[in-house]
Parts: sequence; structure tokens; C-alpha cells
Amino acid sequence: LQYPHATVEPLLSGISLRCSDWYNRLGAGSLLTGDPAFNYQEHELNERLKRLYPAVNEEETPLPRSWSPKDKYSYIGLSQNNLRVHYKGHGKNHKDAASVRATHPIPAACGIYYFEVKIVSKGRDGYMGIGLSAQGDNMNRLPGWDKHSYGYHGDDGHSFCSSGTGQPYGPTFTTGDVIGCCVNLINNTCFYTKNGHSLGNKLSALSFCPCLSFQPNLYPTVGLQTPGEIVDANFGQQPFVFDIEDYMSEWRAKIHSMIARFPIGERLGDWQAVLQNMVSSYLVHHGYCATAMTFARATETMIQEDQTSIKNRQRIQKLVLAGRVGEAIDATQQLYPGLLEHDPNLLFMLKCRQFVEMVNGTDSEVRCFSARSPKSQDSYPGSPNLSPRHGATNAHLHNTGADSPTCSNGVTPTNKNKSHNKYTGVSSASASSSPSSSPSSVNYSESNSTDSTKSQPHSATSNQETSDSEMEIEAEHYSNGVTESSTRIMNGTYKHQEILQADDNSVGNGVADDSCSSRQLCGGNQAATERMIQFGRELQALSEQLCRQYGKNATHKKMLQDAFSLLAYSDPWNCPVGQQLDPMQREAICSALNSAILESQNLPKQPPLMLALGQATECVQLMAKVRSGSCSFARVDNFLH
Amino acid sequence: KCLFHTEGLFKPEKKKKKNFDMKNAVIGNNRQKANLIVLGAVPRLLYLLQQSSSSLELRTECAVVLGSLSMGTENNIKSLVDCHIIPALLQGLLCSDLIFIEACLRCLRTIFISPVTPVQLLYTDPTVIPHLMSLLSRSQHTQEYITQIFAHCCKTPEHQTVLFNHGAIQNIAPLLISPSYKVRMQALKCFSVLAYENAQVSMTLVNVLVDGEQLSQVFVRMMQRDKPIEMQLTAAKCLTYMCRAGAIRTDDNCIVLKTLPCLVRMCSKERLLEERVEGAETLAYLMEPDIELQRIASVTDHLVSMLADYFKYPSSVSAITDIKRLDHDLKHAHELRQAAFKLYASLGSNDEDIRKKITETENMMDRIVSGLSESSIKVRLAAVRCLHSLSRSVQQLRTSFHDHAVWKPLMKLLQNAPDEVLVMASSTLCNLLLEFSPSKEPILESGVIELLCSLTQSDSPALRVNGIWALMNMAFQADQKVKVEIVQALGTEQLFRLLSDPDTNVLMKTLGLLRNLLSTRPHIDQIMSSHGKQIMQAVTLILEGEHSIEVKEQTLCILANIADGNTAKELIMTNDDMLQKIKYYMGHSNVKLQLAATFCISNLIWNEEDGSQERQDKLREMGFVDILHKLTQASDPNLCDRAKTAMQQYLA
Repeated sequence: LQYPHATVEPLLSGISLRCSDWYNRLGAGSLLTGDPAFNYQEHELNERLKRLYPAVNEEETPLPRSWSPKDKYSYIGLSQNNLRVHYKGHGKNHKDAASVRATHPIPAACGIYYFEVKIVSKGRDGYMGIGLSAQGDNMNRLPGWDKHSYGYHGDDGHSFCSSGTGQPYGPTFTTGDVIGCCVNLINNTCFYTKNGHSLGNKLSALSFCPCLSFQPNLYPTVGLQTPGEIVDANFGQQPFVFDIEDYMSEWRAKIHSMIARFPIGERLGDWQAVLQNMVSSYLVHHGYCATAMTFARATETMIQEDQTSIKNRQRIQKLVLAGRVGEAIDATQQLYPGLLEHDPNLLFMLKCRQFVEMVNGTDSEVRCFSARSPKSQDSYPGSPNLSPRHGATNAHLHNTGADSPTCSNGVTPTNKNKSHNKYTGVSSASASSSPSSSPSSVNYSESNSTDSTKSQPHSATSNQETSDSEMEIEAEHYSNGVTESSTRIMNGTYKHQEILQADDNSVGNGVADDSCSSRQLCGGNQAATERMIQFGRELQALSEQLCRQYGKNATHKKMLQDAFSLLAYSDPWNCPVGQQLDPMQREAICSALNSAILESQNLPKQPPLMLALGQATECVQLMAKVRSGSCSFARVDNFLH
Repeated sequence: KCLFHTEGLFKPEKKKKKNFDMKNAVIGNNRQKANLIVLGAVPRLLYLLQQSSSSLELRTECAVVLGSLSMGTENNIKSLVDCHIIPALLQGLLCSDLIFIEACLRCLRTIFISPVTPVQLLYTDPTVIPHLMSLLSRSQHTQEYITQIFAHCCKTPEHQTVLFNHGAIQNIAPLLISPSYKVRMQALKCFSVLAYENAQVSMTLVNVLVDGEQLSQVFVRMMQRDKPIEMQLTAAKCLTYMCRAGAIRTDDNCIVLKTLPCLVRMCSKERLLEERVEGAETLAYLMEPDIELQRIASVTDHLVSMLADYFKYPSSVSAITDIKRLDHDLKHAHELRQAAFKLYASLGSNDEDIRKKITETENMMDRIVSGLSESSIKVRLAAVRCLHSLSRSVQQLRTSFHDHAVWKPLMKLLQNAPDEVLVMASSTLCNLLLEFSPSKEPILESGVIELLCSLTQSDSPALRVNGIWALMNMAFQADQKVKVEIVQALGTEQLFRLLSDPDTNVLMKTLGLLRNLLSTRPHIDQIMSSHGKQIMQAVTLILEGEHSIEVKEQTLCILANIADGNTAKELIMTNDDMLQKIKYYMGHSNVKLQLAATFCISNLIWNEEDGSQERQDKLREMGFVDILHKLTQASDPNLCDRAKTAMQQYLA
């Protein structure tokens, strides 16, 4: 960790505090992952539960993992990590029955839940019951005797459903048998297994309350009644004897086919139109102009927005994604006057990003200090990747499941392959030299090359009239903030030493000592750095002004602090806040700007496709909340490929 | 409406056009197909197809049109087969063009899967099978059509052998992991017909690897519950057949934990009627010989009560709601019932508890009783099999069998039934005639003896055994009257004919009958006085003949019974040859025979009876005492005791 340099200190009040913050967070993180007391069985259990119940969010609804030492009758003794249950009462009659519940109820998002119990010893009489019960049920009973409790009893093989009298159900069970209990929250039934064989559900006898919302949370439960009875539970610690995954696969297939065969009847035409509209609007939203046009032609649909508008938005987005936020702000102000003035939050976000990009050395305000080929100065990037990516870090609604439709609809320029190769070459080189750089940068340059094939031809707007070769160069520039670091040269004109010198003279904040450092603050140019600091002050001023005008804004404050914190480190790219410099971070602001522009044009700020996706995801989550088990097999990501 | 000008086919320039018209006209129109056949298009098309001078395109079109014609009614297929379409198409397969081959195969496939086509036609030319095997590598289509042809045309052990010898297993196994579902499915079907009751194929199959994986594991994967039902069911069949052929143990996990549960699932209400029939039949076959599987199946998914649903077709609902459903239900009702009976029979064949569970199923006995008199022979046979299986239970014989008077329909069934039904029915009757069975009396009164005697004259050994067996059971501790009736009805001639029956079982049961007839002294004397000569002759014959230990033991037991009679004794005592035989068997190496012979002597020298002194003296002279003395030192405790008791007769 580096302490802030004196020259920048006045600008960065409170930065040391943030540094210690980060320090603390780092410390906490390392403690968490470094804990060696992670035993094998635990790991096995976690893996199995994750595989069986992928839809369960354990932070909200934890899965049962052992018997509860609190939720049991006094005649019950627990051992072996609360997995073994033994009876320690008198066992004279049914009044001496005793039960224990698992630590947690069965979450509805399981869809299908299963656990097994091995009879270690049947004890004196083998009066054992295995099943389910609700919280608050009397523990001085065997499962099945009370309301909301269900049990399969070993002595007579009967099944008890909230009643003191059982019904003939299956065989008896005794020492050595493995009894399983499967809860199906889709059709609200339950069945038991013995030694891996399903004993079946007699629907009339075993079905739960038909309306599950009235059904309280059910806990795995076991009850014993005579001395010497010992049973071991398996909540997933070990492989199950019954092939529950096979059973689940059947239900998954059932639900998927139910979805696939959802009757649409006469409305086939309507559905087609809706789907086409969704695709088209998605393409338009993200500015895939040529693709959208081709699609519209092929499907004979209309596009609401006119082409120029799409292209304008596309241009601005490209600028943001290329890190040239300053230019993007200018372009927005020019093309959509008043937009940013009416949305100071957005403007502030953009400016913050501009500052980050200055640090990065990609914003044109700092780039102009470096000698660039005049040709590329006034040309826009071919077409950087505009589509949102699936980012692990970016769980934003816009991003879920959106594929980058890079298909070029047949408008393939001849040099496509050539340029493609070139980019991959560049990016892979950078990836090897700077392992810390985000993996997305590789994707960027690759998709750039394919994207560039579709948007360029016959474009009416002047700025788009760049040749393919120029675009290649440009694209290199734009991704170079991070990826081209291996050469330390922005566009091939600077020599290595010159940059180092410039560094030593102007900044001198310790960067030069670190000869391994591959990237330079503001591209390593002193004038640029000064401009950056100047800009920082303006930003600070803007923040204060906004604060006066609209009151304190915690988000703004944090944004500003995070941005300024970058300067506190010798190598901002490898610092706790360095993630900001990742080009992927441009996407959020890019999409915010795009949405704002669309909104100002009275167009939807989100593509309907994304809305539908978001709604579906929400809906599935809501299903889990209202205890509709089929949600576990109807997860949205099952249908996104 | 649409008239075809077949003569157009003879004009070269018009051929293709005509063909094209024809193809479009006949697709999906059975009447047009029939028209075309009546007009004589088939020979012409076949002629063109076979002309190597005609263009490939035209020949292919011909095959396509023929293929379309074969999709029609069964009559269409008959006409096509009568025109010798099969050899012509098989000949076409020798062409090198894949499109043409595929068109020929498609048509062949359609013809061969029709029930009216004799499958033998595939095997008449011995070069056909190897050629088809070689075509398997050509394309997914050839794979699909050829495997489908094999799956339908492998009906006998000979067919299995032909296909096996031409490398069917090696050629078809890789197709199980084909990307095409149809190919996978047809390949699977091939294996199920190849493995059925065929140990050679089954033993080979277990060692086959597909992409490094054992075939049985491939089948297990195909039984996963998210796979199509058809695939699960067929894979379960393959494993069942392999298991029954001895290639997979019945306690193997892939049988116990996979195949059996899969087949039980096939019996569930959610499945189609056809699937339920096949599932139940296959399951019955799988667990027939294994009590452990029967026990597991009996508790899996409430199979026993699940099967009760098989009897509810056509349901009252279907009769009212729609006629189509009723028709469908009616068509499958018989099949469902016979499948359920078969499965019950298999389930209950060994375990008393399961039998109890079955008879306690709703209306079970009534269903069997009415099943015995159903019009469908398949149902009757299955019902009587089920009854037979349940009749092995003493408890059921005493209770439910009697309560439901099952003997009545059973007796009715025995009149004029085909042999396979007769075998099962008479077998069941054997059990119903057991001494403790309350049905025995009413059956006797219904004149069963005549019927059983006529069974002993049957050509089928199984029927002869059952007939004589039933008589044997009947004679056990029976009244004199019944015994006489039996002897009279059977006739000594027939009795002695049975004693020289080539089937050991028949011989054994006949001896058993004799033994039962010759029990209690008055009966012995009476029968021996009227038939003594013949019986002694028969006994001599058997003791001198080449027979198994069991047969000889049984014979010696008869002799011992004779020796117990008052007057009958003399038949032995006056027969020195017989006494020498007894002496010989007392010194035999087999303890059972020694014991039986000693019994006989013991009876002869028994003190309390008239003339015992003379007999003792005679036998002492013949050296029996020495032998008895030796036998008192025998290591076998029974033999030793018996010899000592005999010796005591001398001492007293």
C-alpha cells in the first residue's frame, strides 16, 4: 500500500481513511478464504446440496444440514455432529415418544427435497417414525400423529398423516435399513423409500393440503419410542441410496415440456409478432443498426426509431465504451441539447467516469497530449462492442442473459478475417503480459472485429466514413488503456524510454521506481496529468455545486472518493479500487446514458426483451416465496444458452 | 377424378414427368395408391427401377413412388410383395449411389415392418444380411432403416443366430450413441430382439464396450427418467433379457435398482395402455425365477394395488364421454388384463406374504374367476397361471380358493381347452386336489377322474405328468371307493404303460400313485389280489431297468407297502428273485435304497402277524440276518435304527 503523494493531497481529502478501509476489507477477505478448517465431508455436502437444489438461496432459506439440538424432546440424544439420534427415555408407552427436527425447514425452492435415515439399531421394539413436521408441533410424539406432520413407522409399515391412526403403506423396517423421505413441492406429495426403492405415494392417503400456501414450513423429523433405538441422518453428507437425481430429472423434463408445450392456440401469429418485435427492439436499443434493418426487412416489421437517431446513439455509446467519455459528453450535448442539463446525476456519473478514463489515459482530454495520427483523431471507433456482456461482476438486470448478437447478416467485408486475427493476436499478447487485466478485454477486441463488419457500410453520417483499416487502428487504441500495456506505447509513436523519462520528471509519485509497472498514469504524460488534476478539481467543484443545489448525495460522494482514490496508488490498475479502470465498468454508464437518451426521445429506456427477462426472473423468485415448488425446475437461466 | 396414364411410363421422354406427377398424386392418398396398383404401375416401376440403363434419378424416383405406395393399406403391401418387390429392392441396394440406396431401404423398411410381409424373405438370399451390415456405415438414414428392418425381422432363434453371426452386435453397438434419436432407438430395439432368450447374444453383449462404456451402463443411462418412455422401456427390456439369459446376475444393481424400478414405473397409470402392458409383461418375465426381485417389486410403488387398475378398462367414464376412447380402451382391455394376471402370477410364485397381499387386493379372486371364462384365450391362460401361482399357498387353498369356488370355472376350463391352457389348469388342479384342500371333495364329485385319466393319454408329457400327478394327490389317504374308481378308470393297461413312460416325471408320479393306492392294509390286499401279478411284474421290470435312484427308491417303497399287506406279503415271499433283489439293495451303496429295502424286510418279518415265524426263518436262511446285523453298524442313524428294529423282531 502506498500513501498518497504530497502533490495530490490537497485534492484528495479523506483518502487515507479510504485506504485503511480497504485494508480492513482485504484483511477480512483473506481470513475468510484462508480458513483451513473446511473438512471434506462439509465440502461434499455443500457440493451435493448445490447440485440438488440449485434454485435455493441459502442466505434466505438455509437447507437442513443436521438435527437441531434445540428443537427436540428431552428423551432424544444427539451425537456425531448432530447427525446421529438415539433414544434415552423409558420407552414404556406412546407417551414416551420423542422427536427431533432438523435445523431448518425445507425451502420451497428445492422443488423436490430428499433425505435419508439409516436405522443403526431398532432398539427394543423398533417404534421409529421418519417423516416431516411443522415448527411448534409437539416433540413428545412420533411424526405423523399431529396436525401438519407426516410419518412412516417401522414397526407396522404404516403411514401416518396428521392422525393417530396410520394407514397400511409399505413394508416394516428395522436395523440396517435405509429409509428415505421425499417431499415433492410441485404436486404437493410425499413418498418414502426403503433401501433405494420407492414405496410410492398413495395420493389419497399422503397428499398434503391441496393449497400449499396454508401448509406451514415442514422440517425433516425423526421420532423414536423405545430404548436402544439409534438412527443416522443423511442430509446429503453421503450419496443417497435412492437415485433422487433421476427422480428430479423426470420432473425437470416434465416441467420443461410443460413450458415448451404451453398452449398458445389461435394466437400463433400474435406470438410471432411479439417475438419479432422483441428482437427488433433489442437490436435497435443497443444500436445494432444494420442488423436491425436487415431483421426488419426479413420479417417485414417496422422500426420505430429512425436510422439517424439509432446511429447517433450508437456513436455516443461507442465513445463511452472506448473510454472517450469527454467526447461522448460533447456529442450528447450537441445531439441532445438539454438532456444532461436536466439530468445532473447522469452528468456527474459521466464526469466521474471521464476522470477515471483520464487516469486510464483513454479520454481524449489527456490523449490529445500524446502525438496521435491526425487521421484517427477525428475518427470514431469502428464499432466497439456495444452489447452488454455476461459479467460475473455485473449482475445488472440489463446484463443478464443478453448475448452479443455479433452476426453480421451477410455484410461481411473481405478483410474480416484479417482484422479478426490481428485483434486476437493483440489481446492474447496483452493477456499474457498483464494477467491482472480483466479477461473481458480479450472479448472486447474480438467482438470489435466482428462488430466492425456490420455497422460500417454505406453509413450516411460523416463520422462513420472511416475505412476498415482505420477502424482497426482505432479499435486498438480504445482497448489499449489496459490491454496494450505490454508495449507501453499508445499508438506506436512513443518510445519506451521517453515515457519513463516523462514519468520521472513530471509525476514522480513512485511510479518510476516500479519498473515492472506496465501502465502509466494518464498515459505517462505530464501535461496530461496536470489536465487530469485540473479536471479533478472541476469535478470536485461540480460535486459541491450539486451538493448545494440538491443536498448531500451519498452515491456521488462514494463515486468521487472511489475515483480519486485511484491516485493514491503507485499502480492504480493493481490497487483495491483499480477495478474502476476495467473497461467493463464502462458498460453500466454507457447503458445509463443510452437509456436516458431513449427516454428523452419518448422511447422505452429498456428493451422489452430485457424487461421480459427481468420479469420472468422475478416471477420465478416470487414463486419460491409463495412456495410453488415448480420454480426450481423453471429457472430462467435454464433457457438461456 | 385423377386418371393415371400408366402407358406414359413407357415413353422415355415422359417417364420422369409421369413419375413426378405420380409421386405427388399418391402421397397421403390411399385410394390413389390402390388405383395405381390396380392399373399395373408396380411391375412397370420395378422394371424401370431395375434397368441399369435408366438414369439414377429416374430409378430413385421409382423407388420413392414405390415407397409411397407401400405406405398405404395392408392390401397395397400384399400386392407389392406379390410383384416381387423385395428381391428387386434388395438388388437395388448393390448400386453405389447413396440416395438411391436410401430410397430402396426406406421402401424395404416400410414393407418389412408390415405384419403381412413374411419376414423369411429377408433371409432367403444369404448375401443380403452381410450387405445390409456393410451399408450401416453409409449414413444415418441407412442406419435407421436397416436397424428397423432387423428389429422387425428377428423373430426366431435362427434369425438371431444369422444376425449374430454376421456381426450384428459389433455393427449396431456404436449406433447406440448416434446423434440421431431414431437411430439410437432402432439400434436399441435390435438389441432387445437379439437378446431375447438368447444366451449367446446376451453373454456377448455384457462384454461390449461403446465408447469405452459397458453396454449395460449405456442401457442404464437410457432408462433415466427424463428419457423418452419408449427408450426407457426398450432399454429395460434389453437388460431384462440379458438377465434372464444369465448374462447379468439378478442381484446386480443395474437390475435391482434400475431395471426393476423402471419397469414398475411403466405400469403406472400415467403411462399409455400399450406401455403398461409391455411394462407388466417384461417385469413378470424379469422376476419370474427370483424371489428377492419378487419381494422388492411387491413393495415398490404399491405395484400390487397399481395392477388392480389394469382391470378397470374400459372405464365407465370412457363409455360415456367418447367413442374413440372407448374403442381404444376395448382394444387394450384384454391385453391389460392378461398382463396384470401374468405379473400377479410372477409376483406370487414363491412368497406366501405376497400371495396374501394379492388375494387381498380388491376383488382379486372374482377377477381371476371371471378371467378363467373370458373369451380371449390369452386372458384365460394368464388367469389360470395366476391362479396356479396362488394355489401354491396352503392358506389360500384353504380360504379364498374355497370361498370363491374357483374349482368350478377351472373344471370348465379343462374341457376342450388348448394344450397350453390345459397344462396350467391341470397343474392348478393338482394343487386343488391336495388332501387338505376343501375343494377336493366337490371336485371329486364333478367327475374329474375321467378327465384326468384322459390327460394321462395325452401326447404332451406335461399333460401326462399333471394328469397322473393329480390322480396321485387324489389317491393320497383316499377312501377305498375313490381308489377303486381310479384304478378302474385308469385301467391297469394304462397304468403299466405309464410305468414305462419315457418321461421320468411321469414314471415318478405313477409310482407315487401306486404307493398312495397301496396304503392301509385292506387296500393293499384288495388291490394286490386283483392286480398283484402285474404290479409285481412292473416292480421287477423297474428294479432291473436303468433308472435313477429316486425311481428305484420309490419302487422299493411300493414293495415295502406290499410287504405290509396281509395276503400281499406272500407275493414277495414266494418270489425268491424279488427277495434276492431286496437283498441286493440292502447292500447298495446308496443309503436311501438301503433304507427302503430294509423297510421292506422289516415289514416281512414283523412279529405280530400271521406266519411271521416262517418268514423269519426263510429270510434267515437266505442270509438277511447277517445283512441286518451289518447294517446295525451303519453310519447313517436312520438306517442303523431301522436295522436294529428289524433285528429285534428276531430276538422277540
